[in-house]
Amino acid sequence: MTTTRTGYKWVGTRPVRHDGLDKVTGRARFGADYATAGMLHGAVLRSPHPHARILSIDLTEAAAMPGVKAIITGADLPDLSDEFAAGSEGGINFRDLSRNILARDKVLYEGHPVAAVAAVTLRAAQQAAEVIEVEYEILPAVLSLEHAMEDDAPVLHDDLFTLGLDSEPDRPSNISRRRVIARGDLDAGWVEADVVVEREYTTKAVHQGYIEPHAVVAETGEDGRSTLWCSSQGHFAMRTYTTKVLGWEPGDMKVIPAEIGGGFGGKTTIYLEPLAALLSRRAGRAVKMVMTRSEVFRATGPTSGSVMRIKMGARRDGKLVAATAWMAYEAGAFPGSPIGPGVMTVLACYDIPNVLIEGYDVVLNKPKVAAYRAPGAPMAAFAAESVVDELAEKLDMDPIELRLRNAVTEGVRAVYGPKFRKIGFVETLEEARDHPHYAAPLGPWQGRGVASGFWFNFGGETTATVSINEDGTAVVMSGCPDIGGTRAALAQMAAEELGIDVHRIEPVVADTHSIGYNDMTGGSRVAFAVGIAVVDASRRLIKDMCARAALIWDVPAEEVEWVDGRAQSVTDAAAPLTLEELASGSANTGGPLSATVTVNPRGAGAGFSTQICDVEVDPDTGLVTVLRYTVVQDAGRAIHPDYVEGQMQGGAVQGIGWALNEEYIFDRNGVMENPGFLDYRMPVASDLPMIDTVIVEVPNPDHPYGVRGVGETGIIPPMAAVANAVYAATGKRMQDLPMSPVRVLEALSGD
Amino acid sequence: MKYRAPTSIDEAVELLSAHPGAAVFAGATDLIPQIQGGRPEPSLVVDLKRIPETVRLESENGFWRVGAAIPAAALTAHAGLSAVFPGLVEGAGLIGSDQIQGRATLGGNLCNASPAADSVPPLVALGAEAIIVGPGGERSAPVSEVVIGPGATSLDRAEFITEFRIPSPSRWSSDAYQRFIPRTEMDIAVAGAAARIRVDSDGRCEEAAVVLAAVAPTVVEVSAASGILEGRLIPHDSGRDAFWDELEEAVVSCCNPIDDKRGTAEYRRKVAQVLARRTVVTAARRARETL
Repeated sequence: MTTTRTGYKWVGTRPVRHDGLDKVTGRARFGADYATAGMLHGAVLRSPHPHARILSIDLTEAAAMPGVKAIITGADLPDLSDEFAAGSEGGINFRDLSRNILARDKVLYEGHPVAAVAAVTLRAAQQAAEVIEVEYEILPAVLSLEHAMEDDAPVLHDDLFTLGLDSEPDRPSNISRRRVIARGDLDAGWVEADVVVEREYTTKAVHQGYIEPHAVVAETGEDGRSTLWCSSQGHFAMRTYTTKVLGWEPGDMKVIPAEIGGGFGGKTTIYLEPLAALLSRRAGRAVKMVMTRSEVFRATGPTSGSVMRIKMGARRDGKLVAATAWMAYEAGAFPGSPIGPGVMTVLACYDIPNVLIEGYDVVLNKPKVAAYRAPGAPMAAFAAESVVDELAEKLDMDPIELRLRNAVTEGVRAVYGPKFRKIGFVETLEEARDHPHYAAPLGPWQGRGVASGFWFNFGGETTATVSINEDGTAVVMSGCPDIGGTRAALAQMAAEELGIDVHRIEPVVADTHSIGYNDMTGGSRVAFAVGIAVVDASRRLIKDMCARAALIWDVPAEEVEWVDGRAQSVTDAAAPLTLEELASGSANTGGPLSATVTVNPRGAGAGFSTQICDVEVDPDTGLVTVLRYTVVQDAGRAIHPDYVEGQMQGGAVQGIGWALNEEYIFDRNGVMENPGFLDYRMPVASDLPMIDTVIVEVPNPDHPYGVRGVGETGIIPPMAAVANAVYAATGKRMQDLPMSPVRVLEALSGD
Repeated sequence: MKYRAPTSIDEAVELLSAHPGAAVFAGATDLIPQIQGGRPEPSLVVDLKRIPETVRLESENGFWRVGAAIPAAALTAHAGLSAVFPGLVEGAGLIGSDQIQGRATLGGNLCNASPAADSVPPLVALGAEAIIVGPGGERSAPVSEVVIGPGATSLDRAEFITEFRIPSPSRWSSDAYQRFIPRTEMDIAVAGAAARIRVDSDGRCEEAAVVLAAVAPTVVEVSAASGILEGRLIPHDSGRDAFWDELEEAVVSCCNPIDDKRGTAEYRRKVAQVLARRTVVTAARRARETL
């Protein structure tokens, strides 16, 4: 595929999004908006302890409560053996997933589900859950990485033996896996280095913070066939996971995607779905379950807290010659932190010859982590990009210049293995360096920081259908929930191909029984992978329509071309036929106009971003205020620039929140102290300046319009950009997140 | 849970006397989240906003009478009140968020008995009295005596506050309130400070009151402040005259803070000093501007 055309009519424009009116008028139906007649309501009993053995569960009193129709516990789920979900990179083991849905034998975090109740009202279900009697044997809890990794730490799982060690371990451990990446000759590298910086960094667990809590309505019939209405990032995966955990057949379950109120990776797994489906099966009625905000915080995936030690060495000329990284990520109660992408991304921006990266996946008594926007990369970049900034200072070199001297480019072998294809990292650095922001004056107690980030992006299994209606309008159907404006982007690509107005195209997110399989909306894959399928389907339709025009005109097919939404004879044998004319007459030329394409594309172009942050620090209170912020990011090609900019801004804002105030706070008993937006301090609108954006376009040669994913890369640089700015303002290196006022004032008082 | 909205003080007192499990509310911006957070539901909730005395706002005979159930948004929009008590209006304008301020009230902010209540330090600094009604009739108490600890007030079960009586400021006097939060809104004070300053014709401090929030079980007045600041020419910037050290020492001696998810005790002490200094400077500047 090549990108030769320019001067697009729809690609690169900013039409009103197709789903916009429904969303601003409240007509869009999100997860909790679904209801059926006679529906029951479900509630979950959760563990009050972070680590305990379940000795007994007595349901007698709860079952006798008025209005209670069904109660389930872990014993009602099949006891699965280890099996990993396809494409989850070891993140989803169905055995663990089942035990996270409902505890079996042990509870492993405060908030771990122990039982679920369906009753005629939500209140009846909650009251019944409260009287379920659970006898626990409280076990010592493991609440920090340091503790979890100690030899004599209490072990969460008796059957967990560390993978990836040099010698076979002889006893269980909280370390589930060791990941190593190595190349070159470190000893030689350190000898060559004129300047070396080594630092330790820590970050806390942070939540995706989607506004819409998890919600589901499930209806299971006597025949075992079921329908789920739920909000997720991928209804096909919800079906696979839910039926796997229940021991049901995927073909017996239809999942209808609700509109999604934010996911950021957190809605790529299941929590309530199997509970509602099984309760419905038991009760013979539909069951609705909706999490409270507190449940969302206490029992759905945050991303990992981390401890990282980074050492980097550079020659006097700025060339990075050696680096080591030691990283440990919290997985929560079950194995599966994003340590894999962590070790792969931590040094991926730079061409360093001698490298050793070591990563550990560690379980502890906290909620199981889930994917969060570029999983594993932001904390790694916080550490690595802070070290790069310090190296630049020691070398007396501009930090962007230092990055330019080491930036990976096309053909360079990435530290994690493959060679980079066409990428735009250097371009983001140059744009940042030349941006007026980078040279703007600063006042007292103000400082500027920069940082960069890398993300792989993803392709994935995809089905798309493009159909022409009899009036010449079109339907573009995919099976990927729209979390970033992808309906508009897919419609724009189809409009560009078909040569019709983008608003004569209706983009549809179809349910599991209406379209072929689609991987989840994740890995910033939809505009890329589904875009390829939509463009291909549109081109097949055009070929088909040209053939039909040739049939009507009785000319060879190659004498017909498609121009501006019409079939045209190259020899002017007949007047052009419009899309409307071909559609309305399709019965006579071979039947309906529709094309379905399935792909599993490689070549998702890698994404890079460089960001500039200005802060002001109040030396009396330690408060850090972000004054100005610019995100420069390579989008390959921005199909709908508004939504590309929105992704860049959204990523930056989440990263700034992670940098400054967001953190899971646990009391000494392992109970989360801030499970709500009051004390889990995400930024509010008035906390931030307008986030400036610069879209760099280095087209991805593996997409017909040059698209690379843009959803995730933007969240990777912010923590280091903010930390580097705080250093510039105060002279203090902040190595522990969040950089809350308490921490910053402590650092300032350290003089 | 039953809901009643009496239209007179007598009716409300009667309801409360007859229902030992009842709870009064005005904006309910604390009550509802508390119930959602697991507080046992009261058998009866009594809405005070329909009682005329609780929503009255007027100035008479050297006092401002401010109804306890007036929403904060109405106070911040009131030009007269904002002109005479800018610090009180600052406090009311910091409760929760714009949406919350459409409901939240001074009476509720006080009787919720949080040491972090933003409108309470200015009320105390202004010497406000709470007018309390109950089965025994009407009584008044200084606002500083209403709250006795976190979540606890000195009111009897069937009593409630109808209004606050605030002495009209003498001339050359003004007030200010500031709090510290890590964000810009939607948060609860880590520490707060109110100041009321009266200056003489030369602009020197004649009388001062400094009251702190969120650094002790209740809001706390820095009683030594007036003595320290009296006779001082308080500069526009908070430069380092020696009396600031004295004031900060006095502030710290009044602090008895806790470590919690919102800040450490040590941090609260430091920020209370900063805020006390800043609000004294602001109140003094405002007072001089009335000269």
